[in-house]
Amino acid sequence: MSSTTLAPENKLPEAVYEYEIVEDHEHHEAHDSGSMLGFWLYLMSDCLIFGILFAVHAVVGQKYAAGPAPADLFELDLILVATFMLLFSSITFGFAVLRMFANDLRGMTIWLVVTGLFGLGFLGLEIKEFSHLVHIGAGPSSSAFLSSFFVLVGTHGLHVTAGTIWLCVLIAQLHMKGLTAANQRRVLCLSLFWHFLDLIWIGVFSFVYLAGVLL
Amino acid sequence: MSDAHAAPGSLRSYIVGFVLSVVLTVIPFWLVMTDATSNVALALTIIFTLGAAQILVHVHYFLHVTLKAEHGWQAMSLLFTAVLLVIVLAGSIWVMLHLEENMMPAHEQIEQVRQLP
Repeated sequence: MSSTTLAPENKLPEAVYEYEIVEDHEHHEAHDSGSMLGFWLYLMSDCLIFGILFAVHAVVGQKYAAGPAPADLFELDLILVATFMLLFSSITFGFAVLRMFANDLRGMTIWLVVTGLFGLGFLGLEIKEFSHLVHIGAGPSSSAFLSSFFVLVGTHGLHVTAGTIWLCVLIAQLHMKGLTAANQRRVLCLSLFWHFLDLIWIGVFSFVYLAGVLL
Repeated sequence: MSDAHAAPGSLRSYIVGFVLSVVLTVIPFWLVMTDATSNVALALTIIFTLGAAQILVHVHYFLHVTLKAEHGWQAMSLLFTAVLLVIVLAGSIWVMLHLEENMMPAHEQIEQVRQLP
């Protein structure tokens, strides 16, 4: 009598345990292989790179070496336009991701192309600004302020360039293979990267441009 | 995958995030471009507060960071990075400002050079 009542009781926790494992396993498969978390960790390490560059700029950002100061150099209306280019590209990428979840490859490609055009517009403005600065003799070797400015803003610009190239490759991959699971994962990774760059730009325009002009 | 992202990544959340970002971008630019206040400390406080607020808006509405995503590792790694950033930034600025105070003569020389006709 006692053995028959004990047996199911002994089995019950084991059954629950098995059920949990199956549940957990399915959850993982539905999620992905872990590359989203891996990519997120890469972004966090990238964040540290930018954090160090911000720290450098905080330390030497006012060392003008008797050269030009931010108020003499920066054209804030151009920076505002560039900021909005990035912001628009962020939301159009969001629309592209939403189209992807709706299984609409065509609409998604259109939004990705729009995102890429905004990214190119941002890069064009930055190249214009940099070449203007170098042209008027305020290149990276003029002062500690300009050295750290070019490194910080240039590193961000390089990231946007890399993101734009990745975007072009991804559009080609989507065109060739369609909305496969691998391609969806790539789109989500790039969307994280793109939004992350917009986030870094908030620090750049607040700290380097606006605060720089005021100080 | 779609279930985990569909809820926070809805059209509405992107629009809300975008509108908030526009407001939080326009105010500091307006403040500096129109010389709205002559109080530099107040202007800097507003710029950095709104900048920090916009970063949080991006993290929530665009990056969709949640406490539950990736079993909490996403939020955990973000928090860890934020702690490291605070240490690096606050530490660098603090130490280097003290160093600068001990370098006053050189600073004064730069001022003298700048005031040359």
